Amino acid sequence: MTAVFYVASLIAIVATGMVITRFNAVHSLLYLIVSLMAVALVFVALGAYLAAVLEIIIYAGAIMVLFIFVVMMLNQGPESTRQERLWLTGRMWVGPGLLALILSAELIYALGSNSAHLSKGAVAEPKDVSLSLFGPYFLVVELASILLLAGIIGAFCLGRREYLGKEAPKS
Amino acid sequence: MNVAGPSFAETFVGQLVIVTSILMLLLNLVPLLIWLERRLLALWQDRYGPNRVGPFGLLQPIADMIKIFMKEDWIPPFADKVVFVVAPVVVVFTGLMAFAVVPFTPGIVIANLNVGLLFFLAMSSMGVYSVALAGWASNNKYSLLGGLRASAQMLGYEVFMGLSLMGVVMLAGSFNLREIVEAQRGMWFCIPQFPGLIMFLIAGVAETHRVPFDLPEAESELVAGFHAEYSGMKFGMFFLGEYLGITLISAITVTLFFGGWLGPWLPPVVWFALKTGVFVCGFILLRAALPRMRYDQLIGFAWKTMLPLSLLNVLITGAVMLATK
Repeated sequence: MTAVFYVASLIAIVATGMVITRFNAVHSLLYLIVSLMAVALVFVALGAYLAAVLEIIIYAGAIMVLFIFVVMMLNQGPESTRQERLWLTGRMWVGPGLLALILSAELIYALGSNSAHLSKGAVAEPKDVSLSLFGPYFLVVELASILLLAGIIGAFCLGRREYLGKEAPKS
Repeated sequence: MNVAGPSFAETFVGQLVIVTSILMLLLNLVPLLIWLERRLLALWQDRYGPNRVGPFGLLQPIADMIKIFMKEDWIPPFADKVVFVVAPVVVVFTGLMAFAVVPFTPGIVIANLNVGLLFFLAMSSMGVYSVALAGWASNNKYSLLGGLRASAQMLGYEVFMGLSLMGVVMLAGSFNLREIVEAQRGMWFCIPQFPGLIMFLIAGVAETHRVPFDLPEAESELVAGFHAEYSGMKFGMFFLGEYLGITLISAITVTLFFGGWLGPWLPPVVWFALKTGVFVCGFILLRAALPRMRYDQLIGFAWKTMLPLSLLNVLITGAVMLATK
């Protein structure tokens, strides 16, 4: 399982790098999907099967499909690829690269100081995860659901057709 | 079929034998299904169907296979080549991967995962990419429209597909498909979870984009939808994926709602195959019987009718379980 962890992590890092450097939006998204699946495999290697499957269902299977949907609907063609190529110049790399370097240095320092956290824990059964979600972390679950509800109502109001129809004659 | 026995089935060689035989079985089942579909459709529509090649036209799929391999494997010059080639692979891969968690008998299951049901949902949600990317990579407006339709449709139907199965999970108390089958020894879940069954079947037909939900490839308006630019074996892969999807949805329906391998007298694997076969024929009957839906009806139906109903199903199942506890 240690080998699985390292291979999956490497794939995740490489794929994420490719996400940033691709000029074509759909190719970037494809690499992002690969990256998410690699992260799911990292979860498997750490014994968190539920988290792995949910990562694939929700992130790779639902959210990324929406991204692809939007990119396809805009269908920008070769013009946007050319524009992207102009934007991604050498100077663009300096700022984000520096910040990422500091973060990765901190991460390596944190991992080096107590590597015990990385060791593979017990396998988390779906039932245990659910019991802790609806036990000690119940308040957090409820808060998250309120946030999502607000998001849904907001999206509904923005997408409502009668609302737009009423606005149009006034103006 | 417990010839292998649990001890043999658990060894590496036993696993290899099981995996290879299931793979061979599934891949060889698809031509047979294509023949079955054409014959049954013909029967229901008062025609003969393929009846010239071999006895009852049984060798027709082989002739079709030879034809499809002989065809030119054409990649349009305006297509995105890598994505164009990868897209049909995705649907076959996810279809075959999902079979890994299906328990054919108590002894024969490739991966006895404790999140088996979620694994099936994950694989079926990954299958969307095949259609969406094929539509995009073809760089053809009809294909693109087909891909767009497919991604919106499958996203909408996936959401309540998962929710419609949660009633079963609550009754069985597990995501493990083998344990779900074992929990149905007293009563098949199609009785207490009848609304869940109906919702899952509707979602399953939409996920495999079969009639009446075959809007992504509606030939009267979109040429052939997402696979308009595909030919030869790449087109064959989409075909393979579609029939794998039908078999998968039938097998999962049987596992979750109709007691999987459970049944009297006959050996478990026969029961499983019989029940799955009935649902495969049901898929074909749908194609013979129903017209295509309108697109706005299709999307509205998923979000406005089925999603609230599936949530209600979860709520009522939970309330009944709490009351009878």
